[in-house]
Formats: sequence, structure tokens, C-alpha cells
Amino acid sequence: MSFLPVMLWSDALIWLLVLVALGLGWFSRRSPSLCRSWGRLGKNAVAMGAATVLCAFLLVGLLDSLHYRLRLPSAPGQQAEAIYSVEVLSVLDYLLKDLRDGHEKTYSAPFASRLYAKETLETPEGTVRDFPRLKYGGAHLKDESALMGDVMKRGLYGVFDALLVWMHAFIFLGIGVGINQRKNIHSLMDVWSSIKRKEILGRESRRAILRGETAIAWRGVLLALGGLLIVFLPLALLSGDYHVFGTDKVGQDVFYQILKSVRTALVIGLVTTLVTLPVAISLGILAGYFRGWVDDAIQYLYTTLSSIPGVLLIAASVLMMQVIIDTHPQWFSSAAERADLRLLALCFILGLTGWPSLCRLLRGETLKLRELEYIQAAQAFGVADLAILRRHILPNLMHIVIIALVMDFSGLVLAEAVLSYVGIGVDPTMISFGTMINSARMELSREPAVWWSLVSAFIFMFTLVLAANLLADAVRDAFDPRMG
Amino acid sequence: MFAYLLRRLLYAIPILIGVNLITFALFFIVNTPDDMARMQLGVKRVTPEAIEKWKTERSYDKPLFVNTRAAGFDALTDTIFFSRSARMFAGDFGRAEDGRDITREISMRMGPSLAVALPTFALGLFVTVSFALLLAFFRATAFDFWGVVLCVAMMSISGLFYIIGGQYLVSKLWRWVPISGFGGGLDAWKFLILPVMIGVISGIGSSTRWYRTIFLEEIGKDYVRTARAKGLSEAAVLFRHVLKNALIPILTGVVAVIPLLFLGSLLTESFFGIPGLGSYTIDAIRAQDFAIVRSMVFIGSVLYIVGLILTDISYTLVDPRIRFDR
Repeated sequence: MSFLPVMLWSDALIWLLVLVALGLGWFSRRSPSLCRSWGRLGKNAVAMGAATVLCAFLLVGLLDSLHYRLRLPSAPGQQAEAIYSVEVLSVLDYLLKDLRDGHEKTYSAPFASRLYAKETLETPEGTVRDFPRLKYGGAHLKDESALMGDVMKRGLYGVFDALLVWMHAFIFLGIGVGINQRKNIHSLMDVWSSIKRKEILGRESRRAILRGETAIAWRGVLLALGGLLIVFLPLALLSGDYHVFGTDKVGQDVFYQILKSVRTALVIGLVTTLVTLPVAISLGILAGYFRGWVDDAIQYLYTTLSSIPGVLLIAASVLMMQVIIDTHPQWFSSAAERADLRLLALCFILGLTGWPSLCRLLRGETLKLRELEYIQAAQAFGVADLAILRRHILPNLMHIVIIALVMDFSGLVLAEAVLSYVGIGVDPTMISFGTMINSARMELSREPAVWWSLVSAFIFMFTLVLAANLLADAVRDAFDPRMG
Repeated sequence: MFAYLLRRLLYAIPILIGVNLITFALFFIVNTPDDMARMQLGVKRVTPEAIEKWKTERSYDKPLFVNTRAAGFDALTDTIFFSRSARMFAGDFGRAEDGRDITREISMRMGPSLAVALPTFALGLFVTVSFALLLAFFRATAFDFWGVVLCVAMMSISGLFYIIGGQYLVSKLWRWVPISGFGGGLDAWKFLILPVMIGVISGIGSSTRWYRTIFLEEIGKDYVRTARAKGLSEAAVLFRHVLKNALIPILTGVVAVIPLLFLGSLLTESFFGIPGLGSYTIDAIRAQDFAIVRSMVFIGSVLYIVGLILTDISYTLVDPRIRFDR
């Protein structure tokens, strides 16, 4: 094998999260009330659009969560065991090979063909001080004045391609919805026979989609998909020959950094809630169900924890974690592993400050549930407490868990940036929105201002958080029984 | 009322002891003073003697809980726990790792923190409540819809960008006010106006949405229908009846935050170079000064608990239906 698959801890948790999400979906299918909630969510065009955008981010994050180490070429005549490079790469790195390796010397503006700083150049006419050409950005052009035209032309091609892809998506979606709606189509043979009968598949359903009359608001999905394609397909096509978002101080492509930041943000936003769920759920249920001294003890625990202002508790914990990491270098075999474990530790610490609020909600709901007749009936029948908790109480708390999972996401992504700025966030070697902003914040005061790192971090973070906020609102409206 | 307050105050004591134990466990048991000494001294200068010297200078060389070598009462008091943690209850925070008196620093830095935090808080409350009231007045119209959209969008922007963008536009591009710094006396407004404005703007999104839901909830109640049935105008209903009743949840929610204003804002103070408690904390975190972080954690939780008690008091003051006579 020319590579060795590597499973970092955060990878494992991310994939576990995917499993949990699938499990939750399977679980929801059996519960009519949750099915109804998902149905309400599906009708909401804004939510579906936001979910589409989030799925795109998730795709990038998942591609970035499949890690491997390349096999190093062994010395000739040596048939020893394979040696693998210490550098841990991901599938995303492989896909973005050009971006990753396309290092310039220092800053360069988006779509520039020359460097930000002047250098002494050797020309046939002698030495001059000028802006040197970039090694990769626009290097394929002989004549720089053709740059604008080249960018425009390829950009337009990209937009055209995007529209083409989008049209296909629309047509196939229409056919799919059409097949789904018609009762007489059960197999591929039926599809084939209806094509032979010259029935046009999907015309009415396409119209229904546009009018927003379908059971799932495909309109929102298509709109978001169109937006994503029109923005990113041209950018992706252009990024092979240009630095579409410029380069940073050490000459690394900003677009690459942005895509790498997505995984960090997702890990922070999702894994944090995932690791708090077991604690919050079990303690919340126990406190609400058993009351008495159990309740008192658990309430004391979370009141104490939540009475320390969040940032300070995080700061104290992260400082201590740093000391542990610094005094035990032997625990980590590589820098990537250390950064990864630090990221996970940050998730746990953020979870430490986050679980009291969820626990309080679950406790309150359990208190209400345990007084209901069906629980009392179960108790009267002599059903064991644990069975009641598992069979009757836990399923009825699921909507709170789902709401919490989605609601916390945006706050956590925003918190990561702030914490990394303060110096208690992710490892400085790990690319994240926070570290990007932190290293870019002094760049605005340069002359001329270096704005591209900040602006692109802003745009992507804003998109991610906005989508998460919109989805969170819709999820709350759909799942909270008090809302409509 | 008095008995209730007393009970609340007594209830706060075990919580503070818990906070104290948590911080103690974090700072002294998870990492021993030896680890801290190694950290502070740096890799090159670590010798056993240097570590011992560092610990003796800061009296970290004592045992954690029980000093078996000391006699009588001193067995409990001549320990790290007593000298470093228990004395915080008396307001004595000891010295920072760089030797400065923490209590004195804190009392000096509270003023600048409040100078930013108080106007931000008051102005922010006024702006968001007015905006939310406006949205509630024009509810279910295009204005309301786009207002909420604006709020969600503003919520989705990181606080860092508000500060960086604001500083760049106002101070660098337009050169209206100095980019950062702090001054006493009448000139202080020049330094304060930008951080206050940015603080207000960055808070608009989430608070407005929250207040708007409170207003809308209140508007759906019976007494509002009665007021309308009497023939009152919509404005009179909103300002005279709804506003008054909606202020109860708003005020009681806000009171909990007031004591925490003393802590200042980490981001604002560090970006604008304001010598308050927020920048004090950030500097301590960056210098890994554990004594200061420990003290701030304790102060923070004291202020939080004060906020909770104030909330309870304000409930009884604003809403006469609530009594704590039990």
C-alpha cells in the first residue's frame, strides 16, 4: 500500500457523530411526533436552504476527516518494512494538492499576478526593484494585461458550467419527485414503460417545486444549491491557476486555509455537544426523576459550575491543559496528533461549561413528565425505574436534545474564534477561523491594507454561522411543542 | 423577604466553597506547583534548585491541605489551600506571579472597566428595547420581517469582526477618534465612544430578537385585548400597557448581568487598550499567570451569585404578585 490510513481521535468522533445522526434519524422514523416535527422542518424552505449550505460545509469537513500518511520511497535495494511520512494528510489535502503546494513568498492579493512586496530583480536591462511575478498565481499567462480577460472568461465559463449542473439537478429532482408522487410507479421497469409511453416525467412536479407545493421544500434546496454552485464552481475552476483569495504572510493560499478551517469549526461546533450529551442527559434525567438528595447533589454540581463565568472557566481549564501538554511531550507521537488532542480537549472544556444549561432543561422536562399519568401507570405496574427512564422518559426528551445540538452550534463556532484570539483556543499550528483572524488582524494597518485574509474568513464564517442560525430557528419552531 | 434573602445568602456559601475547591483542584492538583514552576521558568533554566527557589518565593512549597510539621491550628492554616484559596473569602487574593498585589490591581482596574461597560450596557438596553418595540409595533409587516432578518444576520457576525471593522473604518480610514488608549478626565470620551458604540452594535442582534419575542408574547394576552376593546390606540396599548408588563421579564433578566459588568469585556478592552479587568485577565492568560486567573474566577462567581440574588429581589420589587414569605 502506498499510504497508511490514520484515524485521529477527532476523526473518530466526527464519524461517530455521523452514526449518531443516522441513528437519530432511524429512531425518529418510529416516533410519530418526531416524524411530524421533521415533516414541519422539511416544509420550511429557509431551513432546507440553510441545511443545504451546511451539508456543503459538512462535505468539506468530512473529506478533511479521512487522514492518511504517505509511504516514503524506500532506498534502492532495500526491502525493509515500509516507512511512512510523519506528515498526516487528509483526502481534502489530496484534492487540493495544487493549492496546498502553491506557496508564494509572502502576501499577494486575490487574482494578482505579482507579489505584494517589492524585490530586487535581475532583468536584461540590469537590476531593478519591482514587484516580482508570482510562482503560481497567473503564471500560465505570458502577457499580464490578459489577466483580467482570462479571469472574466474562465469565470463566465464557470458560471455557465454551474448553471448547467444546476439545470441537471433540477431536472433529475423533478423526475424523482414525480416518481415519488405517482402511485403506479414501483420499479425501474415502470419508469421505463412510462418513458416508452412518451409520458414526460417530472413536468408537473417541477412546476410544483417552483410553486413550493411539494412535501419537502425543494425550492429552498435548489436555491441554495444554485447559489453555492454559481459562487464556488467558478472559484474552484479558477483556483487552479490563481490565488482566488490571495495568499497570507508566508505565502499560503487563503482559499486552502479557509477550506481547512471548516473542519475545525465543525469539530468544535458538533463534537462539543456530542461529548456533553451523555453527561447532561443522564444527570438531567436522574435529577428530575429521583428528586431528593440525588436532585440536590446534581443541582449543586451544575449551579457551582455555571456560576463561574464561562470564559474564565475555559481560560483556567485551557491553561491547565497547556501545562499538562507541555510537561508530557512523550504522549504525542506527532505534531498533528498533539494539535488534534488539543482540539478535542478544547471541545471537552467547552462542553464542561455548556452542559449545565442542557442538564437544567432536561431536569425540568423530566420533572414534568414524571407526574404524567402514563408514567404513574408504569410505576403502578411495577416497571423498574431504569426501564421507565429508557422507555418512557428518554424518548420524550429527544426533541430537546435535537434542539440543543443545533442551537449550540453557531455559538460554539463563534466562541472558537474568540478563544483562539485570546490564546486559549486551538493549537496555533492548526488552521481555524480563529487562528486566521488572529494572524490577520494587524494586517489592516499595513500600507496598502492586506484585507483579503480577514474578508474571506469573515465571509465564510458568516455563511456558516448564518446558515446554522437559520436552521436552528427552524428546528426550534418545528420541534418545540409550545411553538405552534 | 428578609428570611428569604438570608436563606439565599446562606445558599451561596456552599456554591462559593465549591467554586473554590474546583479552582484549587484545577490549579494545584491537576498540575503540581513543580509543573507550574517548570512552565514559568522555561525549559532552559529548570534545575531542581531553581524550582525550589521559585516555589519558596511564592510560598508554594507548603503542603496542600494539612501541614503535619506545624503545631496546633497552624497545621491547617500554614498550607497552600489556606494561604492561596481560603483567604479569597476575605478578599485577600495574594500576589501575582510577578509579585504585584492582585487586590490593589483589581480595585484600580475596576474604574476603566466600568467606564466602558456601563454606558455600553445602558445605551445597548435602550437601543435594543426601542428597536424591539418598533418591530413589535409593526409586527407581521415587511419591516418586521426584514428587521428580524437583520438581527439574525448581525447575530451571525463574530464580535471580533465588529471590533476590527469598526477600528479600521472609524479610526484608520476616517480618523475620527484615536484607535486605542485610555485617558482620565474630560478627554476620556474620545477613547470611550468607539468601544461603546461597537459594544452596542454587536449586541443588537440577539437582544432585539429576544425582547421582540417577549413583546409579542405579551401582546397576545387578555389584558391587551381588553385595552384594545376599550378603544385605546395601538400606540397607547403598546407603550402604556405592553411595555410596562414586558419590562418585568426584561429587567429581571438584565439585573443578573449588572454585577458582571465589573469584569469588563475581554475583547473590547484588549483591542482598545483599556486598562480594565478584561485586559488584565487577557494579559494574565497570555503570561500564564495562574494566580490572577484564579482570583478572577473567584470574583466572577461571586459577582454571578450576587446577580442571582439581585434578580430575586428585583422580582419582588417589580412584580407585587411574587412574595417570598414562605
